[in-house]
Amino acid sequence: MDTLLLVEQGLNGLQLGVMLFLMAAGLTLVFGIMDLINLAHGSFYMVGAYLTAALVPVLGGFLPALAAAVLLTALLGLVVEAVALRTLYRRDHLDQVLATFGLILFFNELVKILFGPVPIFLNPPAALAGTVDLWGLKYPAFRLAILGVGIAVAAFLWLLITRTRVGMLIRAGATNREMVMALGVDVRLLFGLVFALGCGLAGLAGAMAGPVLAVQVGMGEQVLILTFVVIVIGGIGSIRGALAGALLVGIVDTVGRALLPAGFRLVLDAASANAAGAAAASMAIYVLMALVLAVRPRGLFPAG
Amino acid sequence: MTRSLLALAPIVAPALALLAAPAAAEPVKVGMITTLSGPGAGLGIDIRDGFALALEHLGGKLGGQETTVVEADDQQKPDVAVGLANRMVERDRVNVVTGVVWSNLALAMMPTLAGGQTVFVSPNAGPSQLAGSQCNPWFFNVAYQNDTIHEAMGKHVQDAGFKKVYLLAPNYPAGKDSLAGFKRFYKGDVAGEVYTQVGQLDYAAELAQLKAAAPDAVFAFYPGGMGINFIKQYEQAGLKGSVPLFGPGFSFDQDILAAVGDAALGAKNSAQWSPDLDNAPNKRFVADFKAKFNRLPSMYAAQGYDAALLIDAAVKATGGAVKDKEKLRAAFKTARFDGLRGAPVRFNTNNFPIQTIYLREVVKGPDGAVTNRLAGTVFTDHADAYAKDCGLK
Repeated sequence: MDTLLLVEQGLNGLQLGVMLFLMAAGLTLVFGIMDLINLAHGSFYMVGAYLTAALVPVLGGFLPALAAAVLLTALLGLVVEAVALRTLYRRDHLDQVLATFGLILFFNELVKILFGPVPIFLNPPAALAGTVDLWGLKYPAFRLAILGVGIAVAAFLWLLITRTRVGMLIRAGATNREMVMALGVDVRLLFGLVFALGCGLAGLAGAMAGPVLAVQVGMGEQVLILTFVVIVIGGIGSIRGALAGALLVGIVDTVGRALLPAGFRLVLDAASANAAGAAAASMAIYVLMALVLAVRPRGLFPAG
Repeated sequence: MTRSLLALAPIVAPALALLAAPAAAEPVKVGMITTLSGPGAGLGIDIRDGFALALEHLGGKLGGQETTVVEADDQQKPDVAVGLANRMVERDRVNVVTGVVWSNLALAMMPTLAGGQTVFVSPNAGPSQLAGSQCNPWFFNVAYQNDTIHEAMGKHVQDAGFKKVYLLAPNYPAGKDSLAGFKRFYKGDVAGEVYTQVGQLDYAAELAQLKAAAPDAVFAFYPGGMGINFIKQYEQAGLKGSVPLFGPGFSFDQDILAAVGDAALGAKNSAQWSPDLDNAPNKRFVADFKAKFNRLPSMYAAQGYDAALLIDAAVKATGGAVKDKEKLRAAFKTARFDGLRGAPVRFNTNNFPIQTIYLREVVKGPDGAVTNRLAGTVFTDHADAYAKDCGLK
């Protein structure tokens, strides 16, 4: 395998990783700070993608549509938190799983009613539709944009959490919720903001994924499992863990799909190698998760 | 006790049968088990809607008899599908089950349906197992054997003179049938043969490998959402202009085209049906489907429609005795009807159709919508490769 291909696969892995990070960051924040298991996180991802697709023709461009979709998704998060989730904080995790699973069904049906059952159209903006020449490597421009957005969000979250007062409260909340309440912080407001931030991030992930993937009902559940794998590997509640876990999963998945079939071809005949390689590649990230948990049962960077 | 009952059986059974036989024709009950939620839902919804439109065209009756349709969502999960099949046989006591999209689900459901002597009309799934050695007298496929559509593409790519083709398909029974079917008629070099995860979202790793292999054409079988992901990413990787992409009709069907738009323009694909097939039933179907559901019909919708026509013909042939399971089954075997394909659908010994497969091209229609247009005929009177292994007569 030549260097150019290796670099390209590395970029693919990083890009998949930051995509997953956008999802995992919000999910892990909500879990870490509010102690809420939000299965409906994928629904906000779907809402972000659908809103972007719907707003492109209205606002006349991808960028304004994306900005509006992210804001609207965050607002929707605020509403959902106030209407449906506020009563669940003191309940146990099983109740939360049931309730947020109900939200998934609700949002899927709602989107089906509003936009129809068939996948809808969303393309990258014309400026990012083609490929970029990186020293001889032709790489899809939009995937570079995803990479850039992911890195920018990681930097933003790092600043927010380590350099601001809200960030300090978030960190404190993740470690000791009762103490933060005892200090007289408006926990209700803090939770609402954190949830909206998580939803906005999921919406951003959906908006960035829409031009690359099918914008369809149920698209959130497909990435949700991967997202949970990421935060379990990274350590629940930790942004740093989410970043590390996401990059690890992205790279292992990509490298597995690229190399495993070729590896099996060295020892097996072509037909069995193709089948075995495909099967092994689809297991790779779960094997990774098992290995990480065997060594560090609470994940790589557990919070608190 | 048992002995005396057994002795009575020859007398009691016909008497009971007489009791059961109604004066008028019995209502027909159809179990519509299909994928209505999750990433594969677009396909199941198209089948269901196509079926519903046919029922509407037939005045709400199949074979002239009152008809009820019991709808159920298999969620694209084999275990759920088997549970539903069981429920349809035991509780709902349907006469016919149809709707199934996925081959792995059809294979899983077959023992239950055959055990319950319930006719299974597949509007889509046609796995090689059910066409060959494991063929089943209770299974009828109104669409195709899975390989057939891919075989046509293999023949076309071979005839068009491509020498080095890269193959991709999802790692499940229909994916393996697909590439086997393609290679049955394509004799050139295979630059790479890749199986991906079912429901895979990101194809960047596979596309990078593909680019490195420098093929002169690509054949990819990706139905539903997978097709949307793949075609979008194929174009964004800059491959669309440089390496021609071929596929079975499933990879470039209407459900996908609406979501990918111009990215699919020019791609050639194969199918037993096309929206512009020139016959009266098809014209009515396309126009009414568009009017009723506000979207263009896909192959799946056409197949759902044909499934209803087949059941209609079979029920008619029983003369109304749909409760007589053996008689109903025999009626399916000999049922003759003009499908949307514009010719009578004819079954092979294995209950799969012998038919014409067309070449289609993705074009921009007069109203600006991206759709398929007939671009030739690849096979006429084509039978599948597995019928010889099937013991049915």
